[in-house]
Amino acid sequence: MSESHIFMQHEAIMDLVDDMARSLRQRLRERGIERPAVVGIHTGGAWIAERLHRQLESPDPLGLLDISFYRDDFTRIGVNPQVRPSRIDFDLEDRDIVLVDDVIQSGRTIRAAMNELFDFGRPSTITLACLIERSGRQLPIQPDVVGLRLPLPDDEHIRLTGPEPLTLLRTGRG
Amino acid sequence: MASKTPHDIQLGPDGQLRHFLTIEGLSRDLLTRILDIAESFAALPGRPVKKVPALRGRIITNLFFENSTRTRTTFELAAKRLSADVLNFNVSTSATSKGETLLDTLRNIEAMHSEMFVVRHSQSGAAHFIARHAAPGVSVINAGDGRHAHPTQAMLDMFTIRKHKGDFTPLRVAIVGDVLHSRVARSQILALNTLGVTEVRVVGPRTLIPTEARALGVHVHHDLESGLRDVDVIIMLRLQKERMAGALLPSEEEYFRLYGLTNERLAVAKPDAIVMHPGPMNRGVEMDSEVADGPRSVILQQVSYGIAVRMAVMSMCMQTHAGGGETA
Repeated sequence: MSESHIFMQHEAIMDLVDDMARSLRQRLRERGIERPAVVGIHTGGAWIAERLHRQLESPDPLGLLDISFYRDDFTRIGVNPQVRPSRIDFDLEDRDIVLVDDVIQSGRTIRAAMNELFDFGRPSTITLACLIERSGRQLPIQPDVVGLRLPLPDDEHIRLTGPEPLTLLRTGRG
Repeated sequence: MASKTPHDIQLGPDGQLRHFLTIEGLSRDLLTRILDIAESFAALPGRPVKKVPALRGRIITNLFFENSTRTRTTFELAAKRLSADVLNFNVSTSATSKGETLLDTLRNIEAMHSEMFVVRHSQSGAAHFIARHAAPGVSVINAGDGRHAHPTQAMLDMFTIRKHKGDFTPLRVAIVGDVLHSRVARSQILALNTLGVTEVRVVGPRTLIPTEARALGVHVHHDLESGLRDVDVIIMLRLQKERMAGALLPSEEEYFRLYGLTNERLAVAKPDAIVMHPGPMNRGVEMDSEVADGPRSVILQQVSYGIAVRMAVMSMCMQTHAGGGETA
């Protein structure tokens, strides 16, 4: 059986988030974006998005996406037991969106999230920020801003638990 | 050997919903999960695109042996909001009237690769029968069978109650009217008791309350005022005129005089009590227009929530159980 062990604890994760906020500001400046709106992917992405949303001082309410019904493997995996409503309480049309997730691996979650975003309106730009960019991409989707790049064998996993404290757990063959 | 009862066949080996035939035998956790998932779908009407791609490319068939435009339409809309394709078979216009058996009809529609049947039938047990004979990988949802069950209606009522009252535990609920002929009432009573309300009352004339009512765990009242006293939720049932063989009632006027809901009678319930009706409503028979259109009435919300609840049940049944790893 595979075992989980702590890969990173709250304080270190918060340092990564601070780095992400700095890179994001720079990135947005380069793209001429002054008023980004932040959207997090349920659940881990939302925890990181909440902190980035505070640091970017975005006046719009934080958006939350639950992509359960947009997954390309919905009929294999089914409904996530913790499914909750997606909430975007601002007009997304022509806005600059910062989309946040905790771990990017295959890229499928981000694809699903972008599909869902477009059902709320047509954003002007989407900037992707991920706490962990791990190996295993299956789609041509790359984050713009990353907290940490982590090459991992396919049979190892990294998972964020939280929200207080945040912990990164690594699961593998022990 | 006795055939399996509906609640034995409606769950898959892993306890997931495969068919949705009756509330009977379903756990509180599972009912709560249906309501939680419906919560996600209830937010869709506020969006520019009111659908999700979950069941894109799948085929869902409405198989209606009994007319019901409203129920069929909400099932159709639910399927379409999940991006499924929908076939509508109304039996009066289909091959069964030419002598084809029910199972032949079923096999034919299965051959069109339909993966779900939404079944409405005047015979109790019809949906169960179809579920027992359905091919593996085909789910059946009961959209009302005879006097037996109408589980999605009951769940949309539960959803409406939770939206207004939050917790089920402290609630007293009165179900008023023709309980005898009502598949809705049976499903509601099972759902309310499973979700753990304080009290379920059924209120109506002796001729319209089944003799076994008390065995369902309800308090029986024949007087409307005592039945409504201090309740949080009032569910009015439709007088099933088309099911009423023989003279169980003197007249509609007499029924309204004794059991019709008016603002005056509503006053004995809790001040924040909500009034529900599964529709279609007979104004001036089950309730006064001033109640139906009044501030306590949540009847139209029931219709909107019905779509979300049916989406939840459909998406839960349509997931196969192959498992597989989740990748980010």
